[in-house]
Amino acid sequence: MKPDRIVDFIYDEVAALDEMRWEDWLSLFHEEGRYWMPLEWKQQDPIMQPSLMYEDRLLLTVRVERLAGERTFSQKPKSRCHHLLERPRILSLGEGDGVCKARTSFVYTETRGDQLERYSGWVSHHLVEENGALRIKLKRIDLINFDAPFGNLQLFI
Amino acid sequence: MDRYRGNAKAIRDLVKGYAVHRDTYVDKEIFDLEMENLFPNTWVYVGHASQLKNPGDFITSKIGHQPILISRHRDGEIYVLHNRCPHKGVKIASEACGNTGKFFRCPYHAWSFKTDGSILAIPLKKGYEGTGFDTQAASEGLARVRNVKVYRDFIFARLADNGPSFEEYFGESLSTIDNMIDRSPEGKLEIIAPPIRYMHQCNWKMLVDNQTDTCHPMVAHESSAGTAVSVWEREKHKFTETPMAVQLYAPFMSPYEFYEGAGIRVWPNGHGHTGVSGSIHQDYDDVSEYMARMEASYGPERAREILGDVRHNTIYMPNIMVKGPVQILRNFIPLAVDKTLVESFVFRLVGAPDKIYERSLMYNRFINAPTSIVGHDDLEMYERAQEGLHSDGNEWIDLHRLYEADEQRDANEVVNGTSERQMRNQFYAWSKFMTLGMDEPVEAAE
Ligand SMILES: [Fe+2]
Repeated sequence: MKPDRIVDFIYDEVAALDEMRWEDWLSLFHEEGRYWMPLEWKQQDPIMQPSLMYEDRLLLTVRVERLAGERTFSQKPKSRCHHLLERPRILSLGEGDGVCKARTSFVYTETRGDQLERYSGWVSHHLVEENGALRIKLKRIDLINFDAPFGNLQLFI
Repeated sequence: MDRYRGNAKAIRDLVKGYAVHRDTYVDKEIFDLEMENLFPNTWVYVGHASQLKNPGDFITSKIGHQPILISRHRDGEIYVLHNRCPHKGVKIASEACGNTGKFFRCPYHAWSFKTDGSILAIPLKKGYEGTGFDTQAASEGLARVRNVKVYRDFIFARLADNGPSFEEYFGESLSTIDNMIDRSPEGKLEIIAPPIRYMHQCNWKMLVDNQTDTCHPMVAHESSAGTAVSVWEREKHKFTETPMAVQLYAPFMSPYEFYEGAGIRVWPNGHGHTGVSGSIHQDYDDVSEYMARMEASYGPERAREILGDVRHNTIYMPNIMVKGPVQILRNFIPLAVDKTLVESFVFRLVGAPDKIYERSLMYNRFINAPTSIVGHDDLEMYERAQEGLHSDGNEWIDLHRLYEADEQRDANEVVNGTSERQMRNQFYAWSKFMTLGMDEPVEAAE
């Protein structure tokens, strides 16, 4: 795998989120893909330790359809988001197991109405190639303040 | 000018039963009086003994606005202490939990205290000789909270010297905590992970009210649970079994009739619960091995009885909610009249299969996290209400649903599950503990 392909994929992925192309974003996930936000520092286990989110495609689809729902009152007005990424650090080009890995520093902004919230941390991507395209096996978001109490975080980091 | 301080009648007039005045949610003075009266006068949950396994272990907590330190002493006893140095008032422990070793040491001037709160050493001790220091409260170390009860590992404290005993205050409502503990084949719960924390820009009582509000899920959560159901209906042909996630979301869309039949029980002093005969937690898949272990511990009949009690949300006044069937405790921590920190803890059932803990953790992140779609629905409603209540168009919050004019305060009754009776029950108790002792002449209060 060429490093540039991984880097381009990561920038394109957050562009889909920033432009609110939710269906396009969902399609970047592998059938077995997971979105994970741990609740502990260097957390090892997404299931037997508490997480903020650990969701498969079915649950991510629920979130995406909910955002467009006529009776989704927490989206009146709608939220918007912005991702600012540092250049991804490539941790694996997938030699051997076919899983490309990258870790990227981010600043994420989510706004709704007059409110604006900022979050910082690191996003880790595990990507696999399927029918010539990269797909997300795991997207992991480690916030610097995972243990702090937030208000509603409604979109996707 | 104070409108409510020292004026028990004005406070009681805010609670009519079928309605409560909006000042209970938006008035700063009322909030201050809740911190000064309501919280000190009631038995407040401050932690769980499993968080204090070893001598020197401590956790920090709050009762109203007051910082509290709970400590395991070397004699095995748990001490509930005021978390402030008797010298300059510095908080002795600043972290949520930890182990302090053999003693606490104030980081400011190195006064040190045994883990039961008593003074171990003060630097430059000679300087206190002959000053009268030894006759003052400061010489006794960290002030102890005198009224403490550790009930089956649940630690409660009452700051006020006078008031109802623990047993009198909770009475039969302890049956929910009992049931949650009994769900462990070893009769033991433990907290082994941090809580999910969630900040709410609303009054703490909005959260308390919501726990027994059975007329909102099918409305407010149509966006989350309703969407989960519709996505599942479309996608289920791809699955061989119903995922745990769908089992947790779908019951939120149960119709009014379901909640009506499930019932609400009220107890004296504002405690009460939904889901008397059935609840949204009743139809989860059996977890393999669990029943066998429960039967081995309790016998088949008692095991079925324990697991058949699927009560939904139990409110313990003033500010916790317990969910026995998914082993969750939510602590509604008031920070300001319009600001509440919610900490949701999951207990592990000691001796039960891992799958049970996995399911409880999943429920907690689906419903109680700042990233929960169900949570998004609820918080939106609370925050809109916190703003809406500033309207002078109507100063009252309506609680008429299934109100009866001869309704008894401090009753032990089961009523229709869509009644607003438990919210009224909470406010009857609120009124009582806000004004406890206020009418007494000054001499008698000594
Ligand atoms: Fe709700």
